Amino acid sequence: MNKVDESLLHEVLDQDVRKADAYNIRKNGKGIERKSNPNIEIVPKEDGTGLDVYVKENTLFGIIHIPVIITESGLTDVVYNDFHVGKNANVIIVAGCGIHNGKHKDSRHDGIHRFYLEEKAKVNYVEKHYGEGEGTGKKELNPVTEITLEKNAYLSMNTTQIKGVDTTLRVTKAKLKEGSTLIINEKILTTGTQQAKTDFVVTLDGEGASTHVTSRSVAEESSYQEFTSNVIGNKKCYAHVECDAIIKDRGSVKAIPEIYAKDVDANLIHEAAIGKIAGQQLMKLMSLGLSEKEAEETIIKGFLK
Amino acid sequence: MLELQDISFKRDGKHILDHVSFKFDAEKFYVITGPNGSGKSTLAKIIMGIEQPDSGKILLNGKDITHKKIDERAKLGIGFAFQQPVQFKGITVYDLLKIASKKEIGTKEACQLLSKVGLCAGEYLDREINSSLSGGELKRIEIASVMAKNPSVSIFDEPEAGIDLWSFRSLIDVFKQMESYAKGITIVISHQERILAIADQIIWMDQGKVKQVGSKNAMMHQILTSEKACPKGVMTCE
Repeated sequence: MNKVDESLLHEVLDQDVRKADAYNIRKNGKGIERKSNPNIEIVPKEDGTGLDVYVKENTLFGIIHIPVIITESGLTDVVYNDFHVGKNANVIIVAGCGIHNGKHKDSRHDGIHRFYLEEKAKVNYVEKHYGEGEGTGKKELNPVTEITLEKNAYLSMNTTQIKGVDTTLRVTKAKLKEGSTLIINEKILTTGTQQAKTDFVVTLDGEGASTHVTSRSVAEESSYQEFTSNVIGNKKCYAHVECDAIIKDRGSVKAIPEIYAKDVDANLIHEAAIGKIAGQQLMKLMSLGLSEKEAEETIIKGFLK
Repeated sequence: MLELQDISFKRDGKHILDHVSFKFDAEKFYVITGPNGSGKSTLAKIIMGIEQPDSGKILLNGKDITHKKIDERAKLGIGFAFQQPVQFKGITVYDLLKIASKKEIGTKEACQLLSKVGLCAGEYLDREINSSLSGGELKRIEIASVMAKNPSVSIFDEPEAGIDLWSFRSLIDVFKQMESYAKGITIVISHQERILAIADQIIWMDQGKVKQVGSKNAMMHQILTSEKACPKGVMTCE
């Protein structure tokens, strides 16, 4: 681990990876450090394509870090991480990918994370994407998240991608059984000519299942974002999808909402709003002494908080 | 001192402000009143720089600020509470008070500010300034943000608009307190008799002009007996 590696880790995790109860650090396609404990076991897949993380039932307050760093220009890294969370367990999983591309070749990471939460299991999943480097090579991240929630399980997923990543396609698919809950909060800021597409498909199969998907995004300069969500209610269930986007300069955002109720008691809501920063908001902050630029930065920082 | 010299503002062929001149003295509490469309709010916005006059000058302590931007006027000591408080996504009450104070105020100081406007501070500091707050709560937070800024000219555009009777009662107390300790110029745009009753000076506007100025004692009776729901007079509106 050199200074660039440590700095990338810090950007992705905001905390010391080695203080977690269990962790695995993957660098340039290979696991370089790993720790398990009696309740949380991290096992590399036999073919080297990823990990299986096993959380024993009734494990409380475990913290798991699964960061990926890529510093080799021209590398395409595909990884499959499967999380098996036992009954009544309650853990925090922090994942993310930091790319430093200092050269001209494109670097790419496709992380496929699959979550299997057993009955009443609870997971807070945090994921951060970060790209840096003075090279002309592109930084591409394509995360796929597949979620299966058993009866009364709960998963909250917070994802953040602020600048730095040239191309992203995020796909999230979830199947929710009886009484389970899925909360998704997504924050994206694109700039330059960056492109980010997110695609959510949530199927509410069980009675009393619920989901709340919130996407807040800012598209600056000539960047482009696309938000697609598809929520299907098969039983008595509740879903609320919110897509809020601020566009600046020549930025553009497309929101494609789809909700499909297949049960008379399915209550599905979709809200989408795209627009520039409201003039009234700028005026209020300027009346408190902020310059127009400072006011704009404050509004965006709050929006993506 | 704040001085308006011959301010005019015309939109869609209508004189919203028609050659308005007035001097606001320091340490006085002014209430600007008058019928809807008389130009009160426009006058307040012109002082803050939200609107630009077509002609005329604005002087703050002798300095011409007519062409200064909103933030420049704010830095010179003008504060403005919006008639319809602005809502934000992700910005909390505490964030706004810190921005207004221009420093890292502690929670104790922020709580004191909120207490002054009758809010139980602990419950509000981390709340986002959005539609989850009631009209009365948003209004009080708006007023607290101006108090946190501690400007030498404080402008409140119809603080009573859109709030319920209970919130209005405590709002009156806020302004009474403000009148008793405020050092600078306070300007409140209002239709409410109980706010007029706090004023050192009442400015009565009509059709874009200052119709009359005087102490509350001299003006109150005159204003209250002249105002009618119907411009032609209640008796003729049947």
